[in-house]
Amino acid sequence: MIPESNQSIKMIGLQGGSFTMGSNTSLNQHEKPTRQVQVSPFSIGVYEITHDQFDIFFKDEEISQGSKADAITRPTPQYIDLSWNMGKEGGFPANSMSVDAAMMFCRWLYHKTGKFFRLPTEAEWEYACRAGTQTAYFYGDGPEKLGQYAWYKLNSQEKYQKVGMKKPNPWGLYDMMGNVAEWTMDQYDQEYLKKTLTNEKDKIILPVSRYPRSIRGGSYMDDAKKLRSFSRQFSETSWNKRDPQLPKSRWWLTDGMFVGFRIVCPANQPTQEEAEKLYKLYLGN
Amino acid sequence: MPNHKGRRAFVKQGGLLSTGIIAAPMMSQANYFSGADDVIKIALIGCGGRGTGAALQALQSKQRVKLVAMADAFKDRLDSCYKNITSEDLSDAGTKGSVKAMVDVPEERKFVGFDAYLKAIPLSDVVILATPPGFRPIHFEEAVNQGKHIFMEKPVATDPEGVKKVLAAAAVAKTKKLNVVVGLQRHYQNSYRELFKRKDLIGDITSAQAWWNNDGVWVNPRKPEQTEMEYQMRNWYYFNWLCGDHITEQHIHNIDVINWFKGSYPVKAQGFGGREVRKGKDHGEIFDHHFVEFHYADGSILNSQCRHIPKTSAKVDELIMGTKGKIFCGAANIRDHKGTILYQFDKKQENDPYQNEHVELFAAIAKGEYKFADAENGAKSTLTSILGRMATYSGQVVEWDKALNSGLNLQPEKYAWDAMPKTLPDENGRYKVAVPGVTKFY
Repeated sequence: MIPESNQSIKMIGLQGGSFTMGSNTSLNQHEKPTRQVQVSPFSIGVYEITHDQFDIFFKDEEISQGSKADAITRPTPQYIDLSWNMGKEGGFPANSMSVDAAMMFCRWLYHKTGKFFRLPTEAEWEYACRAGTQTAYFYGDGPEKLGQYAWYKLNSQEKYQKVGMKKPNPWGLYDMMGNVAEWTMDQYDQEYLKKTLTNEKDKIILPVSRYPRSIRGGSYMDDAKKLRSFSRQFSETSWNKRDPQLPKSRWWLTDGMFVGFRIVCPANQPTQEEAEKLYKLYLGN
Repeated sequence: MPNHKGRRAFVKQGGLLSTGIIAAPMMSQANYFSGADDVIKIALIGCGGRGTGAALQALQSKQRVKLVAMADAFKDRLDSCYKNITSEDLSDAGTKGSVKAMVDVPEERKFVGFDAYLKAIPLSDVVILATPPGFRPIHFEEAVNQGKHIFMEKPVATDPEGVKKVLAAAAVAKTKKLNVVVGLQRHYQNSYRELFKRKDLIGDITSAQAWWNNDGVWVNPRKPEQTEMEYQMRNWYYFNWLCGDHITEQHIHNIDVINWFKGSYPVKAQGFGGREVRKGKDHGEIFDHHFVEFHYADGSILNSQCRHIPKTSAKVDELIMGTKGKIFCGAANIRDHKGTILYQFDKKQENDPYQNEHVELFAAIAKGEYKFADAENGAKSTLTSILGRMATYSGQVVEWDKALNSGLNLQPEKYAWDAMPKTLPDENGRYKVAVPGVTKFY
């Protein structure tokens, strides 16, 4: 439950474990070879964060807006409507936010609830999406049944849809594939898998630059192959090409209407000091 | 720029600069470069976030260009602009590396104050005008008088007298063959251009809708040390002489699209508006909503709405209705009245219209071509939006010709830090806000 609101964020606890990440058959070199990796227990949002949820933070008048000095600050107003008329109230996924805005939401939620939230790492995301499966999609290898589980290019009519309308994955997570693509914690590294050690645990590539960051799951605009469990995408500066100002907005993407996020809560909660250190690393102060 | 014509008229800039004397180049034919080398020299007038962005776009126009002078009313704004544009790492802005090598603005070519533009313009071949819009008419007039090519942001004025000045200067710019691009960037955006080419699919345009509804923009609260003039300049969005109200400052984009597709301008407007939540001390005199019916000569109507109210539904778009179908600008498609798609623009082909404005402008300049004369439309679309504001402020039907000739001039007698704007606060720090039925323009 988000305090002082009628919104709750439904989370599912996942036991940690070992799984095979990546694919040996992908045509994309960045998605191979497979590696056995481990993740610690965490809970993850059953749905993508919705506009209804994000707006409680975005419109929380108790905190400053666009401040450089405050540790927790809200995104500045959107210059234009970045939901692009795809829908806002009633369960549509939040979109067009930068990874900073997504992380700031987590930090705000931490201060509201005392629980530490963050974005998933790439490894956690893939672990949660695969839900114990080894196939290209969590239901099998071919794209034929994809429409039962995902909003993507062939059935979305170029719009995101309300979260949770399709079938979930075996662990009960909705829209892992398609709808909005999802931010992760990692800087994008083309050689992520090549550099991953066997049984590496809780791998994360901490950010050194704003672009490129890793995005998972594909979106309503993507074709089937971008929705596979191992498919990797990354953020690009062109996602904000229509921001005419310099510096460009820290918070919003003018051309990243297909990106959103879901949150995780690690079972092993960090100390307050550790939590703030991590937020600071991502958010600058 | 190997082949550009007319290298006859030079001025020796080095000499001018070293003595600090600035003289307007004596040129009758103005689309020639004043520099002695092949680099197109740019002066930036207005160094806020948008000006900085526009300068970066100009520097990335793929021509041989150099930023040589900068002007702003405020030194801190100029300095932060310089810092941003000379940053070693512009990767966030989508730029590989730095454009520092194209920035040649030593301290003596950084000009601060209300008259800074007078000093910066002569040093350039092309000027970028990106201050708050209230200054645009005098800046544009000066740049045209000095024979410069121009990129200027929208809107191009905030009052009818300003519009008249821009229209007059636009005519001069045409005779001098000065390229003028106005930052109504939808004209430079692939999807709009493709829709425009196919507008006949919907037959005759009978009506249209335009929206700019969202939360609103920044506020810069008053600081005790500020003079009234400095306060209004820092918090410019909320004062009509500087901003023109949001119907002019933002919603002009959508209104302009309808004028463009319609191929004409409204003859009259009527509507209503007010301020429902924009009531704070730092909210100056502007409204937070306007709903205007614009009438074109052939009887077709544009329903235009703009709202700056947080937590309301947001929409920025245009919809054009014709005898045979509709153009959905945001979705970038054309449908018949049954909903069947007649044309869909492939959004993967969308460009960055802000960058494209500069790519096309500088390509024309480099080739010595005269291709762009956006100022007249910029002025007329600006007047359309002002017509809307006059209608919502007064509650009357406002006619185009009467508005243009109303003599309405919001500018202060003098631009100086100790001068007084015409709009002043009462003893409680509140500004007079228009009241329909009471406020009159003619």
